[in-house]
Amino acid sequence: MTILLFSGLLFAGALMAGLLGSLTGLGGGVVLIPLLTLLFKVDIHYAIGASLVSVIATSSGAAAAYVRDGISNIRLGMFLEVATTAGAVGGAYLATYLSTSVIAIVFGIVLIVSAILSFVKQGDNLLTGPGSKLTRILKLNGTYPTPQGKQSYTVKNIIGGFLMMNVAGVLSGLLGIGSGALKVLAMDNIMRTPFKVSTTTSNFMIGVTAAASAGIYLKRGYIDPGLSMPVMLGVLAGAFAGSRILTKTKVSTLKKVFAAVILLLALEMIYNGVNHNL
Amino acid sequence: MKKIQDQDLERIIGQLLRYGVLLSSLVVLAGGIVYLIRHGGESPQFGTFRGEPDKMKNPAPMWKAIIKGEGRPLIQLGLLILIATPIARIVFSIFGYLSERDYLYMLITGVVLSVILWNL
Repeated sequence: MTILLFSGLLFAGALMAGLLGSLTGLGGGVVLIPLLTLLFKVDIHYAIGASLVSVIATSSGAAAAYVRDGISNIRLGMFLEVATTAGAVGGAYLATYLSTSVIAIVFGIVLIVSAILSFVKQGDNLLTGPGSKLTRILKLNGTYPTPQGKQSYTVKNIIGGFLMMNVAGVLSGLLGIGSGALKVLAMDNIMRTPFKVSTTTSNFMIGVTAAASAGIYLKRGYIDPGLSMPVMLGVLAGAFAGSRILTKTKVSTLKKVFAAVILLLALEMIYNGVNHNL
Repeated sequence: MKKIQDQDLERIIGQLLRYGVLLSSLVVLAGGIVYLIRHGGESPQFGTFRGEPDKMKNPAPMWKAIIKGEGRPLIQLGLLILIATPIARIVFSIFGYLSERDYLYMLITGVVLSVILWNL
């Protein structure tokens, strides 16, 4: 196989990953690493580097629109980024000490948990009132636009959410994924942020979290341009296309199929990790 | 001077992210075309991790190689712009909070920026 053909196939694969990830809301990064390591036989370190840059590209691209519409809670995001960036730096250093087998097994487990989490029914939280003292000091109460005008809300369990974000950051830095599922979990289920606000704020945070570990990966030579180029362009094009057709298609069946694919990939990763095949 | 409001800040941050991603994709695409023309016929070797040479990691040697017309360092420059985009958003926010006189959030944003820059 030549580099030209290899790059073309990678681009096509990344395009599909970005499209499905965006349509189902599961994120494109989660299938990229299994795709690269299992199918294209790429070393997992290079795969993590390429996935990380794609994560920055898609999250920054999507965040641009949400921030402009005033849905993301920027102060909440900024405050929680202290936890995620510190975690991401720790995760990136951890990645250099752990063997590829261990990384593959952890990756498989996180993949399964993320897929399951995406099916947990999210109640639409709406807490109102002044909130706790810490909430007021940190000015985390916010508003978001609805058809009826601006809706104000408050958040709770700030410490718990902060700690969960730290875990999400470590996994993001270790595995080269956005860990959007865990970020939404921290905001939605722990801090009780309205669903729309947690998903968009999580997206807003992913870019900064990933940039924190990407610097370390770049310095250590994990980010290969020949590999990252088709992967990043493919995922970005796929995610962009996905955001255009999102409103017109029914995605529940697609989501189940995609989750099943993720589950299979996760088991394959764990199997290969246990047998030291990666 | 008009005080910057939260809404202005949000609008500018949105624009910054959008143009950062756009610029980086164009640079990566340009580098990719050069790379495929020069090396498209060779065989890919990503199976074992060997690490990257200096010109793929540090801006100065990277720039030297780009001037010579190499594609891979140009892709890498595009990726650097991409990584710098969210960081630029953080830097910008610090000035935004300064103009709002929100010193607590200047501090919080400053901590996030230091964590990132410390490890670059």
